[in-house]
Amino acid sequence: MNTDTTRDLERTTGLAPAISMIGTRAMLFEAPGAFTMASQRRIWALMQAAQDRPDVAELIPGVTNLMLVFTHPPHDPEQVAGWLRHQWATLPERHIRGRLFEVGVRYGGTLGEDLAAVAEHANLSPQEVIALHHGNDYTVCAIGSAPGFGYLHGLDPRIATPRKSVPSLNMPAGTVTIGGMQAGISALTGPNGWNSIGYAELSLFDPQRDPPSLFAIGDRIRFYPESIDL
Amino acid sequence: MILETPPLNTVQDLGRPGYRNLGVGSSGVMDPLALEVGNILLGNARGDACIELQTYPFSIRFDATTSFAITGIDAEITLDGMKILPWSVETAGAGQVLRVGPPTWGARGYVCVAGGIDVPGVLGSRSTQLRGAFGGLDGRPLEAGDTLATGASTRHLSGYGALPPTVAVGDEYDEGEPRTVNLRAIPATDYALFTPDSQQRFWHTPWRITPQSNRVGYRLAGESLRLHHAVELRSYGIVPGIVQVPPAGEPIVQLADANTAGGYPRIATVIEADLWRLAQARIGTRIRFHECTHQQGVAAMQPVAAYLDDLRMMVAHYQKSARCRSGAKAGEKA
Repeated sequence: MNTDTTRDLERTTGLAPAISMIGTRAMLFEAPGAFTMASQRRIWALMQAAQDRPDVAELIPGVTNLMLVFTHPPHDPEQVAGWLRHQWATLPERHIRGRLFEVGVRYGGTLGEDLAAVAEHANLSPQEVIALHHGNDYTVCAIGSAPGFGYLHGLDPRIATPRKSVPSLNMPAGTVTIGGMQAGISALTGPNGWNSIGYAELSLFDPQRDPPSLFAIGDRIRFYPESIDL
Repeated sequence: MILETPPLNTVQDLGRPGYRNLGVGSSGVMDPLALEVGNILLGNARGDACIELQTYPFSIRFDATTSFAITGIDAEITLDGMKILPWSVETAGAGQVLRVGPPTWGARGYVCVAGGIDVPGVLGSRSTQLRGAFGGLDGRPLEAGDTLATGASTRHLSGYGALPPTVAVGDEYDEGEPRTVNLRAIPATDYALFTPDSQQRFWHTPWRITPQSNRVGYRLAGESLRLHHAVELRSYGIVPGIVQVPPAGEPIVQLADANTAGGYPRIATVIEADLWRLAQARIGTRIRFHECTHQQGVAAMQPVAAYLDDLRMMVAHYQKSARCRSGAKAGEKA
């Protein structure tokens, strides 16, 4: 879908972005509509435009949303919101040609203990879940949550699975996960509410490396099965 | 040299801004006001690092003459057994032992030293990033036997201090509930997703801070809050002070070591000017949220800024007169 038809759709469906303040010094811009790459590319474009604002201290892209952290509380938040709406309506999508990472996954086993639950939720066999998981390329939409963690777009909607109601207490770094329509590889060992389906041997973050994060927004990831343990 | 420390005491500064887009949270002291006061008293740079205490007793031996100040808490503080006051500058000689007992008021104490605690900066900050295991002292809490260096400082001063912020800035919502901490908060993104009942309950419940509370966030206990209907949100950025409500319905206030992104509904955000109050609220304390507007939230920073400005002026005057006195003494001897 090109940007013009996206905008036409917004006009006809009345879908407008949602803008809200988070405290006095941060503002959240949320794109309307579904989690699509077209929408994410417009978030990237908005991020680039906002970088030039002198009042912006940090920009945190999320999944079809963007948080602006200001150097000082804005005097008139509505004025900034108006600027964001105007940029959103006029900016073209920003295509980032990232690198391609091929990532081997050990599917199932104790490190992918939620594979059965994902299969049950999808009404598919674990083998089918695995095939669908590595059947598509993924795109890094945003980095966040933990150092170096990439939110991935590209999950087949048939295996989208809600976050767990009781998080795992000590999920190892490198766990390959599904959280709603989002996919990821956990960056740190610790509590995690996403569903684990496998494990990948990767170092996602090293503060001494430049840049410290292995992934950058726009990078693509292609999973392949290294082993399957059902 | 650290002689005695329970777990969870770390080196912190004002935090590590600029890396949230790589998933690196701000870290930094939970009570930035207490560190600012300590650094002003000692003539340090604003961003100099300190030791943040969360568990007690804590004791260190100075290996060289060092001026220091303990801020953030009221506690029994001794230097070689002699009682000293918090929020004031003292100078310890080499070999002297500083001991900080459990707080009689507050939760987080700050050991500030002239020149600041000198550990290598990582990604622009000396703060300990516990989850990422970097920054501070090797990315970990302090242990007995650790040695910390201080930055260069020639100042050896003592005998002056600051009014604690509880006195200087006060609490305008104090309604005579002695163990209640009042916090102003601005309704956030998902406020309207909560039932009207739950919205009212959020403002009127005396929330209790549960033991599952730490530098990452405070989990609150009270009557649970309900959404009109369940939502699965896309992950969004988090800043300290944001109040999220997980499916069980009890709020979590995200703080200095929070993840940079999350997916729970956001009901409100505690204003920046009140975060220090939360940092000093102990487990078991009740907190009340008071609704405020953006303008009120911005205006609330004014008394805090004025307090720090007054303190800067006071310290500058004191140091000038101290220099005059020592100059005169030197003259007499000649």
